[in-house]
Amino acid sequence: MTPNLGTTQSQVLALVKKYGIVLVLIIMVIGLSIIQPAFRSMANIINILNQTAIFGIMAVGLTFVIISGGIDLSVGSVLALSGVIMGAMAQISTASNPIWETVGPFPFILCLVAALAVGSSCGAVNGSLIAKTRIPPFIATLGMMTVARGLALIVTGGRPVSNLDPGFNTIGSRIGNIPVPVIIYGAVIVVCWILLNNTKFGKSVYALGSNRAAAEISGINVKATLIKVYMLSGFLAALAAIVFSARTLSAHPGAGTGYELTAIAAATIGGTSHSGGIGTMWGAVVGALILAVMRNGLTLLGVHAHWQVIAEGVIIVVAVIIDMRKNAVKK
Amino acid sequence: MSEETCLLRAQNIVKHFPGVVALDDVTFEVRAGEVHALLGENGAGKSTLAKCFIGIHQPTSGTIILDGKPAEFANTRQALDAGVSMIHQELSPVLSRPIMENIWLGREPRNKLGLVDHKKMYDDTKKLLAAIDMHDDPRTLMSELTVAKIQMIEIAKAVSYDSKLIIMDEPTSSLMDREVDQLFRIIRELTERGIGIIYVSHKMAEIFKISDRFTVLRDGKYIGTRETKESQLKDIINMMVGRDLKDMYSKSVHEKGEPLLEVKNLSSDKAFSDVSFTARRGEILGFAGLMGAGRTEVMETIFGYRRKTGGDIYMRGEKVQIKHTRDAIRRGLAMLTEDRRRTGIFPVLSVKNNMIYASLSNYLNKFGFLKFKEIEKDCTRYKEAIDIRTPNLEQQIQFLSGGNQQKVLVAKWLLTDPDVLILDEPTRGIDVGAKAEIYKLMENLAKEGKCILMVSSELPEILGMSDRIVVMHEGHVTGILENTPDMTEEHIMAYATKSVEKTT
Repeated sequence: MTPNLGTTQSQVLALVKKYGIVLVLIIMVIGLSIIQPAFRSMANIINILNQTAIFGIMAVGLTFVIISGGIDLSVGSVLALSGVIMGAMAQISTASNPIWETVGPFPFILCLVAALAVGSSCGAVNGSLIAKTRIPPFIATLGMMTVARGLALIVTGGRPVSNLDPGFNTIGSRIGNIPVPVIIYGAVIVVCWILLNNTKFGKSVYALGSNRAAAEISGINVKATLIKVYMLSGFLAALAAIVFSARTLSAHPGAGTGYELTAIAAATIGGTSHSGGIGTMWGAVVGALILAVMRNGLTLLGVHAHWQVIAEGVIIVVAVIIDMRKNAVKK
Repeated sequence: MSEETCLLRAQNIVKHFPGVVALDDVTFEVRAGEVHALLGENGAGKSTLAKCFIGIHQPTSGTIILDGKPAEFANTRQALDAGVSMIHQELSPVLSRPIMENIWLGREPRNKLGLVDHKKMYDDTKKLLAAIDMHDDPRTLMSELTVAKIQMIEIAKAVSYDSKLIIMDEPTSSLMDREVDQLFRIIRELTERGIGIIYVSHKMAEIFKISDRFTVLRDGKYIGTRETKESQLKDIINMMVGRDLKDMYSKSVHEKGEPLLEVKNLSSDKAFSDVSFTARRGEILGFAGLMGAGRTEVMETIFGYRRKTGGDIYMRGEKVQIKHTRDAIRRGLAMLTEDRRRTGIFPVLSVKNNMIYASLSNYLNKFGFLKFKEIEKDCTRYKEAIDIRTPNLEQQIQFLSGGNQQKVLVAKWLLTDPDVLILDEPTRGIDVGAKAEIYKLMENLAKEGKCILMVSSELPEILGMSDRIVVMHEGHVTGILENTPDMTEEHIMAYATKSVEKTT
């Protein structure tokens, strides 16, 4: 009854199964390069990476959340809330339309720290609710999604926040040929890769997603781990807000609407399983790139934006079908 | 097969899975009105064969004849229609729905308008339940039933299909003795009606009690078929493992050390109260009792998984506070839980990851990163030391046999280097060979000076392995008995049913 592994053929098959999604990305890139020469220019490639950064960073956080067996619907709203608070703090004194007339401007670094603190706090609230009351993550983060959006509107009175500290210009600029947002995205990937694979925290996330009761029996601090997972997701949403403001040189209470779904889609296409316990960091990156390449490619091919949305929906569902088949075959 | 009616005949069944020959030229037959036990170690091919009969698998080659007609089922639906049903080992009830909807799930009786006829469903269910001596209201939610009753509902469901052949895979794994008797009575009623039963079980006592004949498979091959009456236990085990298991229980005599764990007047809400005992180094303390006696709950409380409402725990003479499982592990406790799937394994994670989760903190370098080389080394060492059969350490644990999963979990706890091991039903659902290995391991650990608390519902296991036996009844300790050679199952049962007064 020992499976007859080790033949080259089955090894190749196993590789294809494991990295099939990478193959999809490569085929897309090669295909588009042939059909549309404009696609393969360095400028366009960098543009794609730049486009990926915001939801790519959020998808990294979502990957932790989904591996832990949960979901975080609040990241789009948290992006807006941490963005507008940061923006309000960072408005220059001569701003034409100040949010806070009497206070500020604050030092640039403090504004960034405030954004990250707001994001992490929202995540901490999500995580504590989920860990302590055991309400489903879907509900807890749905609540946060609405509340954070409401707070963002209250803080700004519904107005966009502009005339920000010139520091955002720097974050929006390039080092050499590489946009700073892409460098931030790259750094997030590396740090979170290590966090997920090489630390006790990362291993605990897999354990509690796979079997919460068994994780508890094994002495894993399930509640603390859950809180940390959602804090990380909130933190990364705030980091995405910084990139967002750097790119638009403003903050907006309506920013990030629907981004949570794009981020979830990216993580899902990358093979993260919503039943928990399965998922990889490279999958989150590849998933985000597939979405970005597709959007870019369809635009270059002159496909109308409305059709692009439909294509996106189809690819998400197809990716998950393929992924589930992959797991089914193994059984 | 001349005089008696042959209900099902499977000839030269071969079943290939990619890279594996699961069944290799197996021949098997069931007579009408017969209980035919299907035996073999885990991985021998019993389940695969059963799944060929009910259309989950299709044989690669060979023929299956049911009632004189070829039985080539593409799915379970066709098998059910042809009169073959199966009670699976892992039950999957819809807990939030009533009994009657569970029984008629997917084939609800309809009225003229095509809507579900609840009245008929209720009446039919009532009749079905009465036939197996159950008197619960058909509208009772499944979630309110005990596991044993859920099992009986499964049987009612199988009967409701008007089956000619019912396959039962480990049907007693969650039943108490009284319920087992009830199940056997139902089985006899079924066989009197000419229904054939294929009975898959690891419990030898049951095989002798209920089966007419048995067939043994080993490594996917047909070993033989015998009349149960004319066979002895050692012959069956011999056929199953291909060697003599001279002595399953490798009990030896060795010195007991100082008291390691003392529990005084421990209580937890309604689950149990006033439980006291002392366990010494090198000792195996058995915990016997009926289901619901509170043994598992006591273990969970000691291990910090369940809230303590009274009493004290001492380790090495020192009073300890154990608020959660992390405290317990830090103090040198380990607990192998009773329900492997629910609280033991991480099904989709690798064998290696499953092994290290209780001792992760021991593998961190000064930066907080995991030391993969050491993990690999220790896992490989245990894989070899206790012979865990897996293609490699990266394999998802869900694809291992029950016995090997159990060994991985044992390795997980040994990696924490515990002083006190709590083993709750350590051999449930694993085959004879793996059982003997687990017993030997327990004995070696005791010899090394570790202390083992073993909860078991199998009295031969309690008698075979324990130095002393703590017997519980309805949340109380009714006796702590020295396991002297003249100790008997009857004696333990007297305490477990509290037909003797507590002796202090």
